[in-house]
Amino acid sequence: MSNIFSSSIGKKLIMSISGLFLVVFLLLHVSINFTAIISEKAYMAACNFMDTNILIQIMVPVLAAGFAIHIIYSLIITMKNLRARPVSYAVGNEAKASSWASRNMFVLGLIVFGFLALHLTHFWAKMQLQHFIGGHPEEAYKLVKELFGTWYYAAVYVVWVGALYFHLSHGFWSAFQTLGTNNSKWLPRLQCIAKVYAVIVALGFVSIPVYFLMGLDPLFP
Amino acid sequence: MKLKLKIWRQKNAKAKGGFETYDLEGVSPDTSFLEMLDILNDKLIREGKEPVAFDHDCREGICGMCSLYINGRAHGPDDEVTTCQLHMRKFKDGDTITVEPWRSAAFPVIKDLVVNRYAFDQILQAGGFISVNTGGVPDGNAIPIGKEDADESMDAAACIGCGACVATCKNGSAMLFVGARVSSLAKLPQGKIEAARRAKAMVAKMDELGFGGCTNTQACEAECPKSISIAHIARLNREFLCAKLGD
Ligand code: HEM
Ligand code: FES
Repeated sequence: MSNIFSSSIGKKLIMSISGLFLVVFLLLHVSINFTAIISEKAYMAACNFMDTNILIQIMVPVLAAGFAIHIIYSLIITMKNLRARPVSYAVGNEAKASSWASRNMFVLGLIVFGFLALHLTHFWAKMQLQHFIGGHPEEAYKLVKELFGTWYYAAVYVVWVGALYFHLSHGFWSAFQTLGTNNSKWLPRLQCIAKVYAVIVALGFVSIPVYFLMGLDPLFP
Repeated sequence: MKLKLKIWRQKNAKAKGGFETYDLEGVSPDTSFLEMLDILNDKLIREGKEPVAFDHDCREGICGMCSLYINGRAHGPDDEVTTCQLHMRKFKDGDTITVEPWRSAAFPVIKDLVVNRYAFDQILQAGGFISVNTGGVPDGNAIPIGKEDADESMDAAACIGCGACVATCKNGSAMLFVGARVSSLAKLPQGKIEAARRAKAMVAKMDELGFGGCTNTQACEAECPKSISIAHIARLNREFLCAKLGD
C-alpha cells in the first residue's frame, strides 16, 4: 500500500472509486425523483423514507465526503495534466482521435458542481436538512412543483443534465478502465453500458421539469 | 506538387522558436515525407541557410526514431504509419503543411523538430527488462506459452517507442508506452517474476519525469502507428494496483 496515492494511477483510483460511488447515488436519486411523476403520495412516501431511514442518515455525510474527494482530486489531477503539456500545438486535430466528453471532463464536472450548489440551497436545505436539524421542512411536492414550474429554473436544470450526461457517458466506462477491469472485449460493452446508464439518468432527471412545465401533474394525482 | 511548408524553427533548447514558411515546388507525390524534407534541406543548404533538423533513422517504420506533428496529427494524416512511411500523395497540390515538434514537458525541444525522448529510455531502465542467467542459448519452446498470451504480448511488443502517444495525449501522458511495455512482459512466464516490481518502478519513473496522467481519452491509441490498444493501459493499471495493494 506504501504511498499508492502519491502515484498518478493511485490518484485515478480515488477518482474512479469516488466516481462510481456517485454513479450509484445518482441512480438512487433519479429513482426517488421519478416517484414525483407516479403520484404526489408516492413522492411524499419516498421523501419520508429519505428523511427517516437510518442507513440514509449515515450515507449523507459519506456522500458529501465522496463529492469533496472527487472534486479535490479532479483539481489535483487536472493541474498536473496541464503542466505536462505546457506548449500547445498551433494546429490541433483532437476531435479526430478522442471523444469531446473525454477531453472536457473537468469543465463538465464544474457545470455539474455549479448546479449542485444551487440544488443544495433550493431543495436539500429546505427538505432533508430541516429534518436533520429539527427545523421546518417545506412541503416537498409543492416545492418541486413550484421550482420546476418556472421555466428559467427548468432551463438551468436541463443544461446541468446535459453536462451530467456527457460526464457520465465517459466517466462510467473510464472508471472501469482505471480500475484495470477492462480489456479489448469489454471496452465496447462498457462504453455501451455507459451510454445506456447516462441516457437513463439524463432522461429520468429531465422528465421531472418537463412533467411539471407541461402541466401534466393533475393527470397523476 | 507545389507546397507551402510552415515549419517550427528553434536554434536550441533555450531559444524561443517560431514558425518559418518555405515554398517548395516540383515535389513528386511518390516521395516520402522525410524525402520531401531532404529536398527542402538541400535547397536551404544551397541557399546558404541552416537546414531543418529532424529525427529519423531506419526510414522503414520500425525504429521509432522519426516523429513530427503534421497538420495537427502525430505522424501526419495517414493512419497506422510512421512519418517515414508517409507519402506526399496523402496531401493535395498547393497544400499548406504545418510541421511541429512533439509537445510535452517530458520531451523538451533540442533543435527545430528534434525533441529529447531520453525520458522513455529512463522509464525502460527502471523496469522494462527481464533478468536472465547468461549461458548458452535456451531451447526454443522450452517454456510453453499459450497462443492467446503470446499474441497479446506480441501486440504490445510492437511498440517502437516513437512517442506519438505522448505527443497526442492532451496530458502528455506516457501510459500507452508504459502500458505496452509492462503488458508485453507481464503476459509471458519470463516476465512474471519481476512483474510487480516492474510496474511500480516504471510508473514511479514516469510520474517523476513529468508525464501527465491518463484520462482515458483514447487519443493515443488512435494515433499510435502500431495501433496499440488501450487495453494494455487497463492491464498496466491492474498490474500496478495489485502490486501496490499487495505490498
Ligand atoms: C454526480 C456527480 C458526479 C459523478 C457521478 C461523477 C462520476 C465520475 C466518474 C465515474 C469518473 C471516471 C473516473 C475515472 O476515469 O476513473 C469521473 C471523472 C471525473 N470527474 Fe466526475 N463525477 C461527478 C461530479 C464531478 C464534479 C462535481 C467534478 C468537478 C468539478 C468532477 C470532475 C471529474 C473529472 C475532472 C474527471 C476526470 C478525471 C480523470 O479522468 O482523470 N466530477 N467522474
Ligand atoms: S525512421 Fe525509423 S520508424 Fe521512421
